[in-house]
Amino acid sequence: MHWLIILFLFLVGCSGNTDQKSKVDLYSEKGILLLGNGTEPSGIDPHIVTGVPEHKILLALLEGLVIFNPKNNGVLPGVASDWMISEDGLTYTFIFNPEAKWTNGESVKPEHFVYSWERILSPELGAQYADMLYVLKNAENFHKGQIKAPGTLVSTINGSELLTIITSSEHDLSIGNIISLEGFSNTGGIPSDNINKTFSILSVPSSKTFMVSLGMNAKSNATSSAATLIKPFNDFNKVGVSAFENKLVVTLENPTPYFLNILTHYSTWPVHPETVEKFGGMTNRNNKWTRVENFIGNGPFKLDSWEINKSLKVSKNFLYWGNDSNKINGIEFLPIDNELTQDRLFRSGGIHLANTVPTEKIIRYRKERPKELVEHNYFGTYYYRINTNKFPLNDVNFRKALSLSINRDLIVKSILKGNQKVSYSFTPPDENSYNPNTKLEFNPVKAKLLLKESAYDINNQPLEVLYNTSEGHQKIAQAIQEMWKKHLGLNVVLTNVDWKVYLARETQGEFDISRAGWIGDYPDPFTFLDMMVTDRGNNKTGWSNTKYDEILNNAASKISPKKRYELYEEAEKILIDELPVIPLYTYTRTYLLSERVKNWQNNILDTNPYQFLSLE
Amino acid sequence: MIQLILKRLFTYIPVLLVVVIITFLMIHAAPGGPFDAERVASPEIIEKLNEAYNLDKPIHVQIYNYLFNAIQGDFGPSFKYPGRTVTELIMSGLPTTIELAIYSILFAIFLGVISGLVASLNPGKILDIVPMSISLLGICIPSIILGPVLVLIFGIWYEVLPVYGWGDNPGDKILPTITLGTAYAAIFARLTRGGMLEILGQDYIRTARAKGLSEIRIVIIHALRGGILPVISFLGPAIAGLLAGSFVVETIFQINGVGRFYVQAAFNRDYTMILGTSILFTFMTLTFVLISDILASFLNPTLRDSGGLE
Repeated sequence: MHWLIILFLFLVGCSGNTDQKSKVDLYSEKGILLLGNGTEPSGIDPHIVTGVPEHKILLALLEGLVIFNPKNNGVLPGVASDWMISEDGLTYTFIFNPEAKWTNGESVKPEHFVYSWERILSPELGAQYADMLYVLKNAENFHKGQIKAPGTLVSTINGSELLTIITSSEHDLSIGNIISLEGFSNTGGIPSDNINKTFSILSVPSSKTFMVSLGMNAKSNATSSAATLIKPFNDFNKVGVSAFENKLVVTLENPTPYFLNILTHYSTWPVHPETVEKFGGMTNRNNKWTRVENFIGNGPFKLDSWEINKSLKVSKNFLYWGNDSNKINGIEFLPIDNELTQDRLFRSGGIHLANTVPTEKIIRYRKERPKELVEHNYFGTYYYRINTNKFPLNDVNFRKALSLSINRDLIVKSILKGNQKVSYSFTPPDENSYNPNTKLEFNPVKAKLLLKESAYDINNQPLEVLYNTSEGHQKIAQAIQEMWKKHLGLNVVLTNVDWKVYLARETQGEFDISRAGWIGDYPDPFTFLDMMVTDRGNNKTGWSNTKYDEILNNAASKISPKKRYELYEEAEKILIDELPVIPLYTYTRTYLLSERVKNWQNNILDTNPYQFLSLE
Repeated sequence: MIQLILKRLFTYIPVLLVVVIITFLMIHAAPGGPFDAERVASPEIIEKLNEAYNLDKPIHVQIYNYLFNAIQGDFGPSFKYPGRTVTELIMSGLPTTIELAIYSILFAIFLGVISGLVASLNPGKILDIVPMSISLLGICIPSIILGPVLVLIFGIWYEVLPVYGWGDNPGDKILPTITLGTAYAAIFARLTRGGMLEILGQDYIRTARAKGLSEIRIVIIHALRGGILPVISFLGPAIAGLLAGSFVVETIFQINGVGRFYVQAAFNRDYTMILGTSILFTFMTLTFVLISDILASFLNPTLRDSGGLE
């Protein structure tokens, strides 16, 4: 028994926090930021990860061509010290800062970006954010393995199942590569319809000649048959990015005035090619280059340690070009997924930033901690997604009736209480740039009239509102259920499911109405409006409107922001008129920030590059 | 005895096999997959991902492949944390979880056995009623409530103990240990009291008293040995329960243990991680139950011959 007692006493003996200063005080003096950072990052590979916690870490470790300007949502020079845009808005030339270095001392070169963009666009990597770079010429085709290498194709008659393909241009192909032929016809032997048009290369006599097998029992009789060789391999040079000495030249599909904003997204940031190759290769998802001992970055901070579910620590990168203004010596990112744990830690002086605040405490903190509680608009919309393939939701009058009977003010004021703004448009409005003149009113009388006009019948099955398990979503759903019952007499059932089930049901269209939210990836309305284009993966409503698609397509080629915004507004009006989505409110970011953190900017993307901050 | 232990170890194989197969079938039956994300990936990408993680193969092939690799110690890459293996992730948290479980069980035994002992020596008196009432409360209060209450009192009001972490700041192990151990301390208290009351009424204790042995000697040397048998028997399931239940405490106190992976993996549909942690917890449960059976057999002469293992 004695050893037990001793052990217990030892355990107790470890107690006693005699420090008068809190951790935040001590670390502020050392210039180290302590940040509550949500869940454990799934990784720090900019081409694989997708979440906010990962973004916050990558912001310290890597740097793109430009840096997000936290003051005006614009951009500042990053790896590129300067850039030129051609008059047609299609070509961007980035001039590299000679002082931009990797943490191993090497210069960051334009070739590194070419490698990095090839990497994220390689289909084999399976990057979820690859479409951020679809604005580059041919990038989408490359990513979908559909780059075509056109050329006249001559096939010699072998009278055998072997087909020799001769092309007009050189191709970097090797044995085992898969190629496809488009427009290929076999004039003899078996009908060409029966021939597989995807072939595995058997031999490569020259860089213009390849031999493939037509398959069992098929005999080639084709002579000079015009066809297109579809070669999904090694054709990245067809994509609009190339390096010339200290310049990176980027060619776009369309003038994309927000292209520079896209470059502030981590999916466009560079990786160190040699390191990636050394620890697993370009398209290996399980690449070990992101390990602490292997990681090479180019950001203002370098990776020091990473203990899973404990902390990720970075310290000042002394090779960073912009160190003159960098007053932060290090950052500790703490993965705290429990909101209440984080709140307690902040209150006990353990972190500078608690990145969320429990809803029930917001009102109290407005009184008790007015200087620490931060609330500002966020570039996100909370909305209800409608399955427009289902009856009666396919009826636009019915959808309008649903929207008209929602009292958004009540939801915002009595349920959310976090200073959220009521949504009148799908894209969150910005007074200084895009501010669509759309309306979503609360008018139960009109709603009732529209309901009568709609195909809905009171005997129809009750509607289901689907949401992922969360108290917040539930409260809103219950309120809306009440409103629809009261104003329209509708029977609505609420279904809460766990996150993955919710996602699967939404994607498969197994829902009537589901709660949804979207945070913009870059500060341009396109990040919202593009989602509702016909058959976009994130549309999920089944809604399709040719005019809408056309307007957005047109807008893409407009250089003048004013013209573009006018077109966006037109599209927005169609959306609000047809309501495949019912916007409810614009997100607000609410968090606790220590007063010791200075130069913090409240911006709609909630992004503050750390090198612009300071600690007191 | 050794033969019996080996026999028990052999039963691990079918149990683990069944666990793997059932877990496999369950995770594949559950709606939603590891690559479902709010930002929907194109079908081409999903296809590539399924290929990369062998999910494009029929399920029996997947199970076979998994078992084949697992036997060689390869539990696959994590889906949620690309670039990391399941083994690596588990090993990053396991030492902490085991440490937490050991401290908690020691705390539980210490507090539980002493209060149970005191209660059993004073049946029906205030020293019995008070600790037993408190222990009932201890069983009833889940750690998800006890933890935050302790944090509020000791961490935020009095600021004497850290509210976060494990081994980073002095004293940060105390609150998690107490939070996790309290429920078991309460159970141990009741088990000790019951066991002791039964033993204290037996003939050989009366004989010892008649011999004029001191009361302390009787209780500590003679009675306690038999009296804490129920505690020993319950030790195995208790440790297994502590390990599996550690995720609550790990979440409350932000401890980097393996319990959090267990729960997160299910929500993330991180198939390999779910399997890896299930195997781990099955293995540990079996092992701790085996150990406590062995201990019990040493303490209880009537079980010794069979090793208490049959």
